[in-house]
Amino acid sequence: MALAKITSVSGRAVTVPGNDIDTDRIIPARFMKCVTFDGLGEFLFYDVRKNADGTDRVHPLNDARFKAATILISGANFGCGSSREHAPQAIQKYGFKAVIAENFAEIFFGNSVTLGIPCACAKREDIAKISAAVEKDPSTEVVIDVAKQEIRFAGQTVPATFRETARDALVNGRWDAIGELLDGIPAVKETAKKLPYLAA
Amino acid sequence: MPKSLFEKVWSAHTARTLANGQTQLIIGTHLIHEVTSPQAFGMLRDLGLKVLMPHRTFATVDHIIPTNELVEPYKDPLAQAMMDEVRKNCAEFGITFFDRATGKQGIVHIVGPEQGITQPGTTIACGDSHTSTHGAFGAIAFGIGTSQVRDVLATQTMALGALKVRRIEVNGKLRPGVYAKDVILHIIRMLGVNGGTGYAYEYAGSTFDGFSMEERMTVCNMSIEGGARAGYVNPDETTFAYLKGRPYSPKGAAWDSEVARWKSFASDPGCHYDDVVKIDAADIAPTVTWGINPGQGISITENVPSPETATSADDKAGIIEALAYMKLPAGAPIKGTKINVAFLGSCTNGRLSDFQEVAKYIKGRKVAPGIKAIAVPGSQIVALQCEKLGLDKILTEAGFEWRAAGCSMCLAMNPDKLIGDQLCASSSNRNFKGRQGSTTGRTLLMSPVMVAAAAVTGSVADAREVFAFTN
Ligand code: SF4
Repeated sequence: MALAKITSVSGRAVTVPGNDIDTDRIIPARFMKCVTFDGLGEFLFYDVRKNADGTDRVHPLNDARFKAATILISGANFGCGSSREHAPQAIQKYGFKAVIAENFAEIFFGNSVTLGIPCACAKREDIAKISAAVEKDPSTEVVIDVAKQEIRFAGQTVPATFRETARDALVNGRWDAIGELLDGIPAVKETAKKLPYLAA
Repeated sequence: MPKSLFEKVWSAHTARTLANGQTQLIIGTHLIHEVTSPQAFGMLRDLGLKVLMPHRTFATVDHIIPTNELVEPYKDPLAQAMMDEVRKNCAEFGITFFDRATGKQGIVHIVGPEQGITQPGTTIACGDSHTSTHGAFGAIAFGIGTSQVRDVLATQTMALGALKVRRIEVNGKLRPGVYAKDVILHIIRMLGVNGGTGYAYEYAGSTFDGFSMEERMTVCNMSIEGGARAGYVNPDETTFAYLKGRPYSPKGAAWDSEVARWKSFASDPGCHYDDVVKIDAADIAPTVTWGINPGQGISITENVPSPETATSADDKAGIIEALAYMKLPAGAPIKGTKINVAFLGSCTNGRLSDFQEVAKYIKGRKVAPGIKAIAVPGSQIVALQCEKLGLDKILTEAGFEWRAAGCSMCLAMNPDKLIGDQLCASSSNRNFKGRQGSTTGRTLLMSPVMVAAAAVTGSVADAREVFAFTN
């Protein structure tokens, strides 16, 4: 399975501020009553984006200035809570290609990498700078350079980290592990012989 | 070299190292449920793949299943569609499905142990974050996303980097009225909701040695709420006694050899830990959350924090946001806060011992007027055990509704939901905004006995006072 080499992602950005944004907030559980991921995008951040009657609330994703954003910026411990892959799926289906945050909850991070969504960790003060630039001019082009581990925007460059295994997987086009895992089945069968509980 | 259980289980299940340095780790036991598996089967079909070890894959239904409706088709067509889907997938790929008709259906983290599928020295994965529960048996158990469910279905492995291990030792005897739930709420409060990032937690010490398997499961269940990817307790005689004679436990001569093998997985004395935390059991009080994440907890005798007491700007912002959502006055006692709903159940506290403990104290008492109180056994087997002991009668006489097995009001995927900004005293594990089904609904996490105390007084109460615990 040939996968794209994701060395960098660029586009407009939008900030959804706050720390500890959990996956229940990213995609409320009631929208998980589905047998495919299609159509999840429209429910991204639904309960903070919409009133009970379905009308819009004040939220960065409802702000016309940021409608074209493809990079999501947030705070610390982004994606905590439930392991639902529906969260990064909703983010991707909404149209985001990457997320920048101070740091990420583990399962969310792993799920995102598997979908080819780079999750860039940046320092709080640097995130504030990117957000300020985007706020001032929503057309600001933000470049997440996965290969070089940096974020460029409005003439500035700040460092970003990705966790080495994730960075490697993205830039070398092996972010979806399934191909490699299938190749390893002979080794799996060998090791499984030593684990009595796996016997059929 | 002495090794931790984590290292031993990890190396026994390592098939090989992948190009990016991650491990291709064998997942011996794969548990699936209706919410996170249908898309994975879809991906499998798209790729033309099969399930590599259907005999190591077990399915049940828990999240969407209505607990007040026993006959299909369910009123909610989406719920029925998901039910049909899991049935179809299990039949097509030859997977054991603990459907309602088997009498073994229930919350996946209750079914695995109950059936003896969850065993020491094994690796377990499930598309559900509370898979950490199974660590109570000395297994390394991971919650995974749907693409990884696909990976495990197709290859019985997943790609993963090794974790660090933090030993959390709790020593001494818990004070009366303090439960396993309080232990884990205390640990998360202490170490933070992301304090466990990059770690597996090894729970140990004399408190854990004395715990039953159900108590160990309650603690391991919420490891993920502390940010830890997995949590475990080393297997011991309590573990083996629990497993003996269960449907999937080894039988005959295999029992002894398996027990010997299981024992060999326990952490060696003197092994390396990346971090060690020690807690005195006597310092733990009945704990309740006041905020919007499980780390925002206080003892029942404390006051809700106020922004002025914040230790950092982040903490301050967190307190302001949580108080606004929870509609709680800053600095006021949590005790006495009026509740609307009392929920007993979930994979954290929906087991026999939870209902036994509540029944012991609530017998002859009544739920306060106007409070909706529901008790939801975590599995059909738990339900039956409770009913045999008459616990359901005690609970219904007190004013609780007694339901069929499922996740129920732990999350908003079935008919049980909070309405408006109702405040719920809940024995579940998450108090996130909107978690219990209303976008303004409020959740206070606590032990089952504390839920019972709140139910009978109609407000957050100190169970030790309400039920006259003696020291
Ligand atoms: S009881 Fe709650 S936490 Fe447990 S599996 Fe069900 S929904 Fe998840």
